[in-house]
Amino acid sequence: MDKQGNLYTVLYAVVMVIVVAAVLAFVSESLKPIQNKNVEVAKKIDLLRSVGIASDATTAEELYAKHIGENTKVINVSGSEVEGNAFDIDMAKEVRKEQKDRNYPLYICKLESGEEKIIIPLRGVGLWGPVWGYISLNADKNTVYGATFDHKGETPGLGAEISKEFFQTPFKGKTIFDESGVFTSIAVVKGVDTSTNPHAVDAISGGTITSNGVTDMLKECLSGYEKYLKN
Amino acid sequence: MSDKEPLFSAKNRKLITNPLNAQNPITIQVLGICSALAVTAKLEPAIVMSISVMFVLVFANILISLLRNTIPSRIRIIVQLVVVAALVILVDQILKAFAYEVSKQLSVFVGLIITNCIIMGRLEAFALGNKPWQSALDGVGNAAGYGVILIIVAFFRELLGSGTLTLPGLGTLNIIPQAFYDMGYANNGFMILPPMALVTVGIIIWVQRSRNKDLVED
Repeated sequence: MDKQGNLYTVLYAVVMVIVVAAVLAFVSESLKPIQNKNVEVAKKIDLLRSVGIASDATTAEELYAKHIGENTKVINVSGSEVEGNAFDIDMAKEVRKEQKDRNYPLYICKLESGEEKIIIPLRGVGLWGPVWGYISLNADKNTVYGATFDHKGETPGLGAEISKEFFQTPFKGKTIFDESGVFTSIAVVKGVDTSTNPHAVDAISGGTITSNGVTDMLKECLSGYEKYLKN
Repeated sequence: MSDKEPLFSAKNRKLITNPLNAQNPITIQVLGICSALAVTAKLEPAIVMSISVMFVLVFANILISLLRNTIPSRIRIIVQLVVVAALVILVDQILKAFAYEVSKQLSVFVGLIITNCIIMGRLEAFALGNKPWQSALDGVGNAAGYGVILIIVAFFRELLGSGTLTLPGLGTLNIIPQAFYDMGYANNGFMILPPMALVTVGIIIWVQRSRNKDLVED
């Protein structure tokens, strides 16, 4: 057959594409369960980190089952419980809905000491892509017990610093309601003495847009829980 | 015929050693710069990226070399792209399944191996006209030449930018002792940003050419 002819060229392309597609589809399908498991474990590690429990890929399952397990809830904006599995809720989809239509998952974590912490998932946008995190509250439903943030692709050394401990630790002890009980959230700010302000933490120099993204995310996501937390 | 040629004849050894120095894809041919900037802020992603590129380049070279007499010349670039893209997706899927943390760090850059000029360059320049074994060696050599530079750049960027070195399996090691920081030493945050990768590559090119005058163009 003429190797430079049209028929040969077209047949060659068709066969090649079918073979490649079959191989890739097979590999993707056979690796999917392991990949989904990885995503699940990463989420559990993040959830546990927000209450100060360190875990890794080998211990996360066990610690999650022990401290959180089935102790999760899904609520709506008016604070009443609705059907659903909190762990399976995709925050990326929820934040695109109107606030009144959203499902708000929350996790209740029992620490070794017997104290219960409420973990609230967060999702927002940074400079280059999504940022997300988990914030845990004390039983008073106001004081922050811990927070953890992560991001898809913020600038290393600048915005990406939100996933570091030095940024996350100052959230401890801040409050999301002011003294008269009005929802104020926590802002990530510059040039303010944050040590005395219960609603502010230090921003990252050079990471302004990411820092503002975290502020907006906290305000947007936490406000949906306002009714529930005030009860 | 060269059928009797030993597997590691002097000529074949050159296929591996040349790209490490006199024919280095990054410092001499200045290919694959984009990923050299992107993944070298830390050592671990640079190492994983080098291994991934080696996997893709060696197998793409072998496959294209095996197919070289059947490929219609009018669609040869498309055939090369499909082979490379398929291999890259394989790498991405495998990393997501077995090295999830690293795959999160590399994120889009694994996909961008497809656009790494070194790979298409070697397919066009070498694999289309040579036997599979030679092509495989050429792939190993060029990927190693790329990897060496990537790792050198990442070493200096992470050491000077963050004061740490991140190695696969060992985690992040603090290299700069705390006493230095106490005396007023500060990490150079600029090292973490892409421009400094370019400057570091530039310094490597300078050092290499001042040691080997043959490489200096008139």
